[in-house]
Amino acid sequence: MLRALKILVIVGIIGFAAFWWLTRPDRVDPADLAGLTGDAARGELVFYAGGCAACHAAPKSEGEDRLILAGGHGFPSAFGTFYAPNISPDPTHGIGGWSVEDLANAMKHGRSPGGAHYYPAFPYTSYVRAALSDIADLHAFLTTLPKSDSPSQPHDVGFPFNIRLSLGGWKMLFSRPEWVRDVSGEELERGRYLVEALGHCGECHTPRNALGGLDYSRWLQGAATPDGKGKVPALTPDRLDWSALDIASYLATGFTPEYDVAGGEMADVVQNLSHLPESDLQAITAYLKALPPAGS
Amino acid sequence: MKKNFIALSGIVLAGTLASTAIGESHADKSHLQAVKARQSQMTLYSFNLGVLGDMAKGATEYDADVASKAASNLAALSSLDQSRLWPMGSDNSELGTDVTEALPKIWAADSDIGTMGKALADSTAALSGVAGDGLDALRGAIGGVGKACGDCHKAYRQPDS
Repeated sequence: MLRALKILVIVGIIGFAAFWWLTRPDRVDPADLAGLTGDAARGELVFYAGGCAACHAAPKSEGEDRLILAGGHGFPSAFGTFYAPNISPDPTHGIGGWSVEDLANAMKHGRSPGGAHYYPAFPYTSYVRAALSDIADLHAFLTTLPKSDSPSQPHDVGFPFNIRLSLGGWKMLFSRPEWVRDVSGEELERGRYLVEALGHCGECHTPRNALGGLDYSRWLQGAATPDGKGKVPALTPDRLDWSALDIASYLATGFTPEYDVAGGEMADVVQNLSHLPESDLQAITAYLKALPPAGS
Repeated sequence: MKKNFIALSGIVLAGTLASTAIGESHADKSHLQAVKARQSQMTLYSFNLGVLGDMAKGATEYDADVASKAASNLAALSSLDQSRLWPMGSDNSELGTDVTEALPKIWAADSDIGTMGKALADSTAALSGVAGDGLDALRGAIGGVGKACGDCHKAYRQPDS
């Protein structure tokens, strides 16, 4: 009996060690970063395409203040409320001490410089598809922004979701670094990059399963809002029946074809996307128009 | 005795309900008229914006005269006095979101709806000043109007669900 218990404990320890080992956060290969020099001007476009300010600017900030990435925006979900951290270049409260490698590990693998898992409220499940050169450019741009000394707020997440180690398992189940859609041609590939990687459109427009993983079989077919109170519309051509011109114009200005103007989270998205060149907005549109219909 | 009390309570209760209902229907009627009027004003905004937006996105050809008129309509519309269009209580929690998407916090003590309204008046005045000066001028100024619309919708309109 005692012997059986001993074996059980040993098996348990081995199992835990195996879990920990298997689910350690992935990291980028530093060799892949060699030779990359960040260009802040290009990084500004990555910043707007990635929508960083939509979450990391302090709530209710306007105009130039949207570039102070002090964090504090709360995201209620079924698992608790997540708070966007300070990612300004402040060395103590922000990410001023981060290297390009640190930023790449965070964005692509949800891994902190200390090796902890981030919660997937941070859309690394999309940013995993981002190009390392874009991350280097973004890093260069972020260092030019104003510092904020507001401390990051702890997340308000209950047991068992407050055990970050379990996120390793979550990532194994739901992280999917490859492209969602097969496309060919320069415009569609650019559109795919903007939608599936930087723009992280799928994070809100694709439904999630009970554990919060994206349901790729219903890609961009619309979903419930994370707080469960509303709906995020489908983007497939059978559900979003706007003309290509109307979609591109909406992304640039926020005007719907009826000349209503979006409020809600999409207002922030439009504010970011309006900084992108027209060709990028047309590429996004082309990608959306090429999606398979959701059907009924 | 007990029976009488119950009967009396019933009558009082019925009377209270009836008078509340009558009171509400009066307030409702004037509120509903205000909602209808302000929604009509929104329709006029979007109708005139549509003329300008279609030119800006290239769906129709730019016409300086038409653009000027539509932009000056927008400026005039946003300078109308709206105080009687927004009676307190004419919000979505009182009237239902199928009637109005206006959130109660429009009337809260810390509401900045006045600043929002001024932003719309300023941006439409700016647009009106340049809408006849060519397509690029129109494109440059219409974004400010969209932002004013969106900022207010974001803060004070019930999101679609």
